[in-house]
Amino acid sequence: MTASVHTAPGMAAPVSKSLWALGWQRLKRNKVGFVSLWVVALYLAIAIGGWFNLLGGGWSREIAVPYAPPSWAATAETEQLSSDVTASGGDASAPIVSLAPEDDPIGKELAAARKEAGKYALPEVDKRESLPFGADLRGRDVLEKTLKGTSTSIFVGVFGAVLAILLGTVMGAVSGYFGGRTDDCLTWFYSVFTSVPDMLLLLSFAAVSGRGVTTIIMVMALTSWTGTYRLVRAEYLKLKNREYVQAASAIGASHTRRMFVHILPNISHLLLVQFSLMTVALIKYEAILSFLGFGVGVRQVSLGSMLAEAPTELVQGYWWQMLAVTLAMSVLVTAFSLLVDALRDALDPKVK
Amino acid sequence: MSAYIIRRLLQMIPTLLGVMLLVFTLFTLVGGDPSYILAGKHLTADVLANIRAQLGLDKSLPEQFMIFVRQVLTLDFGTSWATQQPVSDIITSRIGPSLTLTGSLLVVDLLVAIPLAATVAYFRGGLTDRIVTIACTVAMSISALVYIIAGQYFLAYKLELFPVRGWSDSFLVNLLVYVPLPLLMGLMVSLGPDIRFYRSFFLEEMNHDYVRTARAKGLSERKVMLKHVLRNAMIPVVTTVMMSLPFMMIGALVLENFYGIPGMGNEVVLAVNKSDFPVIKAVTIYIAIATMVFNLLADLVYKLIDPRVQLK
Repeated sequence: MTASVHTAPGMAAPVSKSLWALGWQRLKRNKVGFVSLWVVALYLAIAIGGWFNLLGGGWSREIAVPYAPPSWAATAETEQLSSDVTASGGDASAPIVSLAPEDDPIGKELAAARKEAGKYALPEVDKRESLPFGADLRGRDVLEKTLKGTSTSIFVGVFGAVLAILLGTVMGAVSGYFGGRTDDCLTWFYSVFTSVPDMLLLLSFAAVSGRGVTTIIMVMALTSWTGTYRLVRAEYLKLKNREYVQAASAIGASHTRRMFVHILPNISHLLLVQFSLMTVALIKYEAILSFLGFGVGVRQVSLGSMLAEAPTELVQGYWWQMLAVTLAMSVLVTAFSLLVDALRDALDPKVK
Repeated sequence: MSAYIIRRLLQMIPTLLGVMLLVFTLFTLVGGDPSYILAGKHLTADVLANIRAQLGLDKSLPEQFMIFVRQVLTLDFGTSWATQQPVSDIITSRIGPSLTLTGSLLVVDLLVAIPLAATVAYFRGGLTDRIVTIACTVAMSISALVYIIAGQYFLAYKLELFPVRGWSDSFLVNLLVYVPLPLLMGLMVSLGPDIRFYRSFFLEEMNHDYVRTARAKGLSERKVMLKHVLRNAMIPVVTTVMMSLPFMMIGALVLENFYGIPGMGNEVVLAVNKSDFPVIKAVTIYIAIATMVFNLLADLVYKLIDPRVQLK
């Protein structure tokens, strides 16, 4: 298998395979790109783990006191702060004013209520004073929230990008391959979508449809297929008259077969780069939409909806949630962008 | 030239028709019956029928579309559902603050990004180039939201260098007091990608043969860079800037929303929140028209700078 890759660079069939094999070799040589690949793979694992609730599944449980500080940063001051919260809010049975039971107008009732209290008491949850990454307003673990939020954001980005690429590729292929009236029609459609700014289109879609992950994915796909369409259309215009396509038509390959079996593999490396670029862009878009309140629903968590909580928290001095989100997102976006650069270099047939 | 412009203008008609169909489909078919939103708490059959008649919802779809076409042709989109103000009044009063912010953002961005991009492209591969490229990549990886939240907290709230949020009636006060902080945060977001983008234009130009020829003729480096490379690299830069102009009208959406600037971006978010369809429809149509006009202008400017360009 590897031998044929090296010995037959001139033949048509192995060349398309060797592009990927050569690309893989070049990517492995690029240290930055290779490390980024592993980081992105780790994030994808987190995303899948989050999808099946293996990671961050318990993000909505209240396991700590409100705004429990990160344990590694907890100082005497913040400990004091959180124990104040428990003292005033947690212990409801403590007498507020000291009245003798006989002076208290509702003393009898209180005494009776205290006697009965044990029957109805909820199982006391041992709320923690500090967590490795701190807790939010409702005492939810910021680490679990971040894991689940990252998972949601990546899924929105990846599925949105996959749908957009599918739409753009099929339309671009049909448009470039058939040309004529079909091309006019689809190009008109394209120019309609590009003459409205993305954000406005996203918000218009958001205005008429409900909230939730599925809606965002659909909306993002519908607004971001245009770039892929233009790219694919241009490639098909260029490739449809190549000799190998003519050869395919001579042996009786149908239009669909020529378009998707013969031409498509030759632009698949462009699509891979386009897909990675779009995933990063959509992850950023999702954050902005959720921040403005048009993103994921209230029962879901994403990096954007976590950032939306940050302004009020910061003013009160609770900085950990924002730090966790910023770190999670920056590492992901940096790794993805570096990977895209490396992929572009590795898969460019013009390089060596 | 004029034949070209007329043809391009004619081509805009089907596109505008498409945008109208898209907006109409979105808000009429997908968006559901708006009379329930408008009726609010006074939901009776009479009220609903009344609202329907006022909006023309009791008419057939083609008739409703014709009403929309008339609205677009007269540029009169009726009154806002949320505030009962005429939509045109809302837009004229909102566009000023948006342009104040986005305009100054564009000017400062170009003034910083172009010289910096030209410099790092000139010293390509060197230490300066690497530092700037890494700085841009790092800056780009941080979410725009983090900049605006952290910027407001540290620079405005903690250090009290800027007002936390707000806007005034005076243009000068706005420019000197309320614009700087959102401007700075906007720059943090836009400079990274812009410098990298412009750098690639400069690099491409510097690899051309004419640069070698100019040097071989004995021109000074200053002349080669300023007279030849800069001029040629400016063509794609001008085109990109021209294309971005219509987008300036909806303003910097998140910045406006966060820093309380009463511009178009803020208005759009409010309108979407309140399902104020007339405002969203109007803004979408205006921006679509502006985008098409500016695309044409971009091509004309292109021709103006580079006489080799053929307009067909």
